[in-house]
Formats: sequence, C-alpha cells, structure tokens
Amino acid sequence: MQMAWRLVRRWQVRVLKNEGTGLLLEFPLEHYRFETAGEASSKVKQVVRQLGVDAQTARRISVCAYEAELNAIIHAFGGRMKVRVFPDRTELEVTDEGPGIPDVEAAMREGFSTAPDNIRELGFGAGMGLPNMKRSADEFEIKSAPGAGTWIRMLVRY
Amino acid sequence: MDKYYHSVRLLNERCIGCVSCARHCPTEAIRVRGGKARITESRCIDCGECIRYCPNHAKTAVTDSLDDLQNYRYNVALAAPSLYAQFDKNIPVEKILTGLRTLGFDQVAEVARGAEIATAALREYLAKPGIKRPVISSACPASVRLLLVKYPELIEYLSPVDAPVEIAARIAREEASRESGLPSDSIGVWFITPCPAKMTAVLEPIGVAKSALTGTISMISIYGELLKSISGLESAMETTLASAEGVGWAIAGGEAGGLGDAKILVAHGIRNVSNIMEQLALGKLNDVDFIECLSCAGGCIGGPLTAVNRFVAENSIKQRLKRMRSEETVESRQPVEAAQVGLALREGRSIEPRPVLKLDDDIVVAMQKIELIDDTLKRLPGLDCGSCGSPTCRALAEDIVQGTASETDCVFRLREMVRDLAQEMVNLSEKLPPSLTTEIGMKDPIEPSRLRKNRMERG
Repeated sequence: MQMAWRLVRRWQVRVLKNEGTGLLLEFPLEHYRFETAGEASSKVKQVVRQLGVDAQTARRISVCAYEAELNAIIHAFGGRMKVRVFPDRTELEVTDEGPGIPDVEAAMREGFSTAPDNIRELGFGAGMGLPNMKRSADEFEIKSAPGAGTWIRMLVRY
Repeated sequence: MDKYYHSVRLLNERCIGCVSCARHCPTEAIRVRGGKARITESRCIDCGECIRYCPNHAKTAVTDSLDDLQNYRYNVALAAPSLYAQFDKNIPVEKILTGLRTLGFDQVAEVARGAEIATAALREYLAKPGIKRPVISSACPASVRLLLVKYPELIEYLSPVDAPVEIAARIAREEASRESGLPSDSIGVWFITPCPAKMTAVLEPIGVAKSALTGTISMISIYGELLKSISGLESAMETTLASAEGVGWAIAGGEAGGLGDAKILVAHGIRNVSNIMEQLALGKLNDVDFIECLSCAGGCIGGPLTAVNRFVAENSIKQRLKRMRSEETVESRQPVEAAQVGLALREGRSIEPRPVLKLDDDIVVAMQKIELIDDTLKRLPGLDCGSCGSPTCRALAEDIVQGTASETDCVFRLREMVRDLAQEMVNLSEKLPPSLTTEIGMKDPIEPSRLRKNRMERG
C-alpha cells in the first residue's frame, strides 16, 4: 500500500514537560515532489477534525502544515515534518536540510521570495509562505542559517 | 437519524446491493449492508450522484406530484431556466409556460426572473468593502450542503443572497395572494425541479426560517405530459419574459456571467466543487471575488432529474440564449426593484455546520480510535474495491473501529484469515503424540534440582 505518510502512532508526552497523551504524525518531505504537496496537510486536517477540533482551528493547522510542506518541497533537499496532536493544541515541527535562509527577518516579510522563476511560473513562491504560517499559528519559531537548513516550530491552540 | 430530511431515497426492491452508489458518493454517505444500500443521513447532501450512477435505478428522489395540487385552492408553477433547455430552441418560452399551466396550475412564473434579482443582489453585495472574499455562491443547495459537511470552516464565505427559486417563489406567492384574494396557506407554489437537493431545500431550508415554496415536482416526472400539452397548444399566453441574464443560470457560468468584471471561478461537478473548496480552505484563491459552485456537471441542465441529455440541453439553451441576447434591448428588460434586491440579501444569517467527522466526544478516545483505524488500515489491501460495502479501505477501517463493520467483511482479509487457519490446521495435524514420533529423547529430562526450585518458587 502506498502512503505518503509513514507513521502514525500514540505519542506519550514525558511527564517532565506535560501530561497526557497525544498523537505523533511524521511526514517525509521530498524536494520537488509536487505531486505529494498537500497530502500531509490534508491528513493532518482530517485527523484534527476527527478529534473534534473546530473547523476554523483545523483550517489554521492545515494552512501551517501546507505552507511548511510546500516550503520544504520547493527549497529544501528533503526534510521531515512532525506533527504532535494533543487534546488542547497541535505542535508542528519542520526540519529540512535545505540551503537555509540567510536573512530570516527579510524572509518573514510578505512578498519576499527566493523561489526560482520556474517555481513562480507554477503559481508557487509568492512569498506568502512564512507570513501565512506565522499568521495562522499561535506560536511561531524559526531557526535558520546558510548551509545549515531550516527548523520551524509552530503551535496552534484549540 | 431523523435529524435531517432527505429527498434522495432507496427503492429497496430494486437495489441489488452493488456498490456503485457508495463508490460515487462524494461524502461517503452510503454503506451497503444486508444487500441494500443505506444512506447515512447526517452525511447525505442530496446531490443525486447515486441516482445518476445506480444501474438499477434503485435510487430515487422523493418529490411531489401533480396530485398534490388538489390540496391547495390556487397553484403556481415555477419554471426553471433548465426546463427551457429540455425543449427545442425554436419552441418559445411562452409556449413552454402555457403548456406547463395547462397541466393543472392557475399560474406560472419564471425562476429566471428570480435569477435576475439574485444577480443584482450579488452585484450589490460584491461591491461592498470588507466582505469575506471570495464569495461562494449559495444558489446550488447540494454545494452548500457539501460545504457544511466537509468544509464548515468556509461558512463565512457563503453568499448571503437567496437562491433564485426562493426569490421567485416569494414574488409568485405575493402575486397569487393578490390576484386570488386567498390566504397564503391556500396557495401552492411548486418548483419544477431538475435536482433532488431543491426538494430538501424546501423542507429543510438553510439560512431562511421557512421556504416560500410549497414543494417541488421532478422535471422528468412531468416531462411526457408537458411535451404532449405543448404540442397540442394553439395559442400561448402573453407575458413579460425574463432576460437572457436570468435564463443563463441554467448552465455553468451563467450566474457568474452577470457579475461584470469581477474575478470569477466556476466549478461544476461535485468533485470539482469539493476541490475548489479544498483550495480555498488552504488559503489559496486570495485574488478571486466570486466562486460559482454547481454540484452537477454542466450546471442545472445536468441535474439528475432532467429529461434530456446534458449536452443536448446545453446546445439548445446556448442557441436560445444567443437569440435572446440579439433581440434584447435595454427597454425590453424588466427593471429589478431595489426592494426585491433588499429582500434577497440576507446578511447576518446564521448557518450551522454539520459535524460528521468527529470520532468520539472524548478526545483521548478519539485519538485511540485514530491509531486503531491506522493499524486496521495497514492490514487492509488498499484496493478500494468496495466489496465490503464501504466505499474505500479507509472508510472500512473507520467503520470497523466505530463498530459498524468487521474485519472479515473484507474478502481479502477473510481469505488471509482462512489461509492462516488452514496453515494452523496443517501445523496441528503434524503434531503427533510422542508415542508416534521418530525422534527419541526430544526433551531433556528435568534435573531434580530444577524441579525442587520450581516447587519452592510456587510456594
């Protein structure tokens, strides 16, 4: 059976940090695999909707996942997204081995894009990815350096 | 189960239990159980896809019939633009309307007139600053229900403009009341419908408290009589007809056609409607003003209750429209009154989503169920053959976890289980009593010291 997502399993939170149970969804993200774009986010959306998370919040989570997914597909040489779903919040963590972002502050501005022309011609890379993620998430953290890849963490509360 | 009314029903005696309908249902509302297709009421959006795909015509739409006119003292028929498409382009609209009236109605009115008002109201709404864009058309009841079931996060994008048939019914009811002097409850206002969703929209309206319609009569059910009645006509009534702008709503793009230079997308066919909503939910389509959504491919002329093939109908109505446009002048068009536009715009109405996806009220239990569904799914073949009666392997996995199906419902899993069982039987058959085994001294004799230790541990 072919599945774009490889692993869904119960995730136990360490008592040190939090209490309670959650789900971990892990998605491999491949460079330029546009045909899989949107699969991870729709899976995440389906899961949170099945858990009873309200539609608006589910939409915010899926937008976060979608933009992250797309970013990794366009810019990175591969990466992964870990989505931890808890009874009160969802955390998304995206790590990639891409070229990294030299100026994170500039990249956070709407319309700023480093996407190559061939990607823009496809209608992607409008420079809305990172701002969209930040707007949709309750917490947003990004760490990146040239050559070191990018790490993004987002949190959405219900 | 009785929470929702549905017009789409199953004729038990015709259903042979194949899974055509279940596999084509856009909301996975159908399961075949006990050899019959069962509709999950909360998920059904009355799009009529199952009616279209059932090879045995076991799916039907419950609508009213001409006999129901007897219960009212004055009856009005509402003719949809898609009705004109069922006839040759050379048959004048006046004749179609007269033929319809002859079937037992006191009056007929054009839904296209309501469409003109809806277009004006839509133009007015789109011109407002600060509205949520893109506005999603709310004219197609099946599309609206799809949104409520699958994309409730998009409710605020729905257009607050009444559907043309609702506007036309309101006007027809007022006029009938004035003409006949009868109270509203003695007047029957009937829509000759191309789709089952309109019937549901009458009995269970969304966004309005009560529909101005009394009921709907399936277009195909009166088509034969209507043909006969039209061919027997010697003269036709004289009436002011609706414009091409209103009649154009019969086909995909017709609603959007009256919106000038607004940025527009048209999605027709229920899966396309679902796709466009998915894109919007992902935050795409930011630079679009209006999305026309039509559940049936081709628009209302492709409705499951129409009589004529969609493409034949499309050709006929397009040629009719072309002629209408060439003959129309500014003076020939009936002006749209501001008061009617005001009535058609219902901002601030509340529309409730339909939560059908939630697996359990307890979120932790729901999480366990998701894990279980995933585990179950891994064991299923992923062929989505539908033989189990669920539309896909994933749907079966969900049904198993929700307790409405069992893993042995899957013929492939069942075969595996039988094979495992057979293997186990072979294994067992090979187990011979020691008296018959050829190997000697299979087990080492137990040392007395170990025997003592075991006894001590047992206490």
